Amino acid sequence: MNEKTKALRAALPYTIPVLTGYMVLGTAYGILLSSKGYSFLWSALTSLFIYAGSMQFVSISLLAAGFHPLYACFLTLMVNARHLFYGISMLSEFQGTGKKKPYLIFGLTDETFSLLCSAKAPAGIDKGWFMFFITLLNQIYWVCGSILGSIVSSLFHFNTMGIDFVLTALFVVIFINQWKSTGNHIPVLTGLCASVLCRIIFGSSNFIVPAMIAILIFVTVFQNKIESRNT
Amino acid sequence: MLFTATQSLVFFGTISLTTILIRFLPFILFPENKETPQYITYLGRVLPYTIIGMLVIYCLKDISFTETPYGLPEAISIAAIIVLHLWKSNTFLSIGAGTVIYMLLVQFIF
Repeated sequence: MNEKTKALRAALPYTIPVLTGYMVLGTAYGILLSSKGYSFLWSALTSLFIYAGSMQFVSISLLAAGFHPLYACFLTLMVNARHLFYGISMLSEFQGTGKKKPYLIFGLTDETFSLLCSAKAPAGIDKGWFMFFITLLNQIYWVCGSILGSIVSSLFHFNTMGIDFVLTALFVVIFINQWKSTGNHIPVLTGLCASVLCRIIFGSSNFIVPAMIAILIFVTVFQNKIESRNT
Repeated sequence: MLFTATQSLVFFGTISLTTILIRFLPFILFPENKETPQYITYLGRVLPYTIIGMLVIYCLKDISFTETPYGLPEAISIAAIIVLHLWKSNTFLSIGAGTVIYMLLVQFIF
């Protein structure tokens, strides 16, 4: 077996929870977009080139607000600001991945990021290709899901209500793994508490950016304390 | 379609380019061939531990504790995931069982 096949086989099992979540959410996205009169080609294009789930859902509600590209740009900055944190966290992980690097950066969604945080390439597997296939498989699920949704809009009989909880479950499990992996729980608690507080203060649609700022301030002010406990 | 094809292209194109810009920005500011400032390296180590908690809260952001079902389906399912995962440490079991419990709760009980 060559290097790539091995990496693909190692990556596949880790992506199964995302397969479930993305097929379901992607289908929901396809159904919504087609309800606005857009064919499966538009679902495919947007999922290929935007590839940011929550922003794609927001874009559908923006369609009704009229043609305002600047506003769309501003809202994208707000909704996707959390990706700045993902990038900073992956600066050293993505080092030396060569030609694969631009795609790794392009495909760094919430779910791909959380998998790359927790799943490490097994011994003998090339790390770059391992991360590449996790990213690629996830995007394939997302694109297929959204095309499927556009095509079979009304054919669904199985009651899937609540199945999108699979992504929440994935994040909870990764949270527990992170908690167990370190004796220093200050950063984990910082993220949790800052988000809860900001959600209460700023409401459900505006709390991510304040939460990011609060996290930044806290980990900066207490840098010495956090680093000394990391040893 | 509410927009013309050209308007749609511009609209979705703007969202696409802005998303790409945000994702590439850290890598443009701190390229491989230059030494990354110590503070940024520190952030790179510590931020992953803060963001997953933020994502969990992001998923739960629309829960209301003042209206039925008061976030109970989520609370019960997450409690089940925590117990299962601490007990068995099996990722698929924890995620699968947690999701099925949640689906049963929202479809048949709440």
